[in-house]
Amino acid sequence: MLVVNDLHASVEGKEILKGVNLSVNPGEVHAIMGPNGSGKSTLSAVLTGNPAYTVTGGSVEFCGKDLLSLSPENRAHEGIFLSFQYPVEIPGVSMVNFMRAALNAKRKYHGLDPLTASDFLKLMREKRAVVQLDNKLASRSVNEGFSGGEKKRNEIFQMAMLEPKLSILDETDSGLDIDALRIVAGGVNQLRSENNATIVITHYQRLLDYIKPDFVHVLYKGRIVKTGGPDLALILEDKGYDWIKEEIDNQQA
Amino acid sequence: MGALKQYIDFYRTNSAEIDANSAPALNALRQKALEALDGKELPHKGEENYEVTDVDALFAPDYGINVNRRPLDVDIAEAFRCDVPNMSTWLYVAVGDIYRSSRTAGLNMPASVIVGSLREAAIAHPEIVAKYYGKYASLDDAHVALNSLLAQDGLLVYVPSGVVLERPVQLVNIMNAAAKIMAFRRILVVVEDGAQARLLVCDHTQKVDEDCLASQVVEIYVGADATFDYYDIEETGVHTHRVSSLFVHQEAGSNVLVDGITLMNGTSRNDYRIDFCGEHAETRLLGMAISNGDQHIDNHTFIAHNAAACTSNELFKYVLDDNAQGAFSGKILVAPDCPKTEAYQSNRNICASPTAKMHTKPQLEIYTDDVKCGHGATVGQLDQEALFYMRTRGIPYDDARTMLMQAFMSDVIDAVRLDNLRDRLHHLVEKRFDGSLALCRDCGNACHNNSLNNKNNNK
Repeated sequence: MLVVNDLHASVEGKEILKGVNLSVNPGEVHAIMGPNGSGKSTLSAVLTGNPAYTVTGGSVEFCGKDLLSLSPENRAHEGIFLSFQYPVEIPGVSMVNFMRAALNAKRKYHGLDPLTASDFLKLMREKRAVVQLDNKLASRSVNEGFSGGEKKRNEIFQMAMLEPKLSILDETDSGLDIDALRIVAGGVNQLRSENNATIVITHYQRLLDYIKPDFVHVLYKGRIVKTGGPDLALILEDKGYDWIKEEIDNQQA
Repeated sequence: MGALKQYIDFYRTNSAEIDANSAPALNALRQKALEALDGKELPHKGEENYEVTDVDALFAPDYGINVNRRPLDVDIAEAFRCDVPNMSTWLYVAVGDIYRSSRTAGLNMPASVIVGSLREAAIAHPEIVAKYYGKYASLDDAHVALNSLLAQDGLLVYVPSGVVLERPVQLVNIMNAAAKIMAFRRILVVVEDGAQARLLVCDHTQKVDEDCLASQVVEIYVGADATFDYYDIEETGVHTHRVSSLFVHQEAGSNVLVDGITLMNGTSRNDYRIDFCGEHAETRLLGMAISNGDQHIDNHTFIAHNAAACTSNELFKYVLDDNAQGAFSGKILVAPDCPKTEAYQSNRNICASPTAKMHTKPQLEIYTDDVKCGHGATVGQLDQEALFYMRTRGIPYDDARTMLMQAFMSDVIDAVRLDNLRDRLHHLVEKRFDGSLALCRDCGNACHNNSLNNKNNNK
């Protein structure tokens, strides 16, 4: 589904990704862990086409298409979704209008007619239930005045609405209390199928107790330096990242 | 003496016709206006509070003036284009500066209320017009003096004490001429003690390819505990220019909303002057401008707190694109011995292109200790993070941009106190941003309008 090959990227002239290789197949959950500043969020930004980042080398193939040549909106239409670490507040744009514009743009891209108002509202109601998102939030401006937990639930709600093939969850656990974490993780698990895949970016093992990964990768200094099964996350939780840093820094020295 | 000279010469040559086609109560002001103009000039660009707008230059062309009140050919059906769905108004139409009533004018209106041609009212009810006309607009302002020298007619809205007008009064101003023409327009509103009224003024232009100019003076007297809303929507063409001076006199306990909306225009300069003359009065002063192409919009506001415990709340928002130029200068004066004053001013602007320019100048002058005052001004671009967030959800760049610009205007639209007009404004603004505003679509010159939602090159 996703093949990242020797990806290099920079922001404001500073190289952050220095040759990332990653393959994700349908049905899989990949966790990407790593110390602060290793490039985790940059990877998600580059995969979704954030114009603030410049790709300086490598390639990304998504479902047979050259992902890097697509605009952010077309990547979304092809099935990429990013749950933001810090969801953006958009005062004055109602959740309803926002979701309708997003969904109908995707339908148009795939040659489908826009949803009728009643079908759309029915879908909203159905998908809100996935993360127990209050109807009141759905009628407000996008993320405006939402608590940290509500913002993250709203991200998963949007994911449920858009039914992506590949979801990237960027530090979805940050700022969540344990109840909100359960709801959010529960929502993600409900949406999992053998046809879609998930990349979970996180600092901590905690989230992986709820969203079980098939693979755990460690990103350090802009490269994936270690890949393992779910056990690797437990080792990291126990021992921290220092032993990996030492190992890698020694190799380079 | 710049552009003024031709108008003074014109007055001297034509004063008999001007008077004959007007009314004594209006003619009475002309000599004073002429004296006030002695040695004066219309404001030039660069003078204080005219940093970017050259009023003198706006009046410099040789425009035709319809002194003899010849009826102008106009498609009245066009006037109904700005019909607000589900809102019934008492509708009046002015073509150039000739006033006409519509079928709904005065229908079922309380008998004591007078709405209609100022000239006719000045003949039928000279005592009312003479009492209020020219009393609030200051002749020290050269534009006001010039308007007072030449204005022959206008709209009068007179609501006597305690009367509540259920429906809004609507005035549709239509500019239409085969040649360059200008109109001297006048609006006089008197809402006496405890009365309530609302006035919606819509400016339109037919035959938008010809230059035209409107000079407008609006005087509003709001008595004690009276309520008045004034909405002014400019939706003309890129060759229609306008200079407007509005004066509000508020007595104790009155409540006023003034909203100036510029959706489509050439060059416009609007002055808003609010005077609090009694305690516990309130004003909401709103403004909104959407400009692109080479449009130019300059709003100047002056709120004088001359009485204690009054509240003013001012919000102006602009979205400028292409080479559009916007200006806002707003002054709040709190006179001595006006405790418990609350005065807030906010001016927020978006420059959506690198060549759009915004000039903003907030001013507070406070001579009383016990007051709450604040002001803020910002000029920025569209929120790039929000834009990216929307795109990651699949909303195309152009649509996301339009939605953000519309969202930026939402609070100033939501402050409108007429429900149906508020809905209509959301709709008009949406159409304005997506380039489908009817007038602009029909006009060969105003097609710059399309570029507001066509910024692919900025990706």
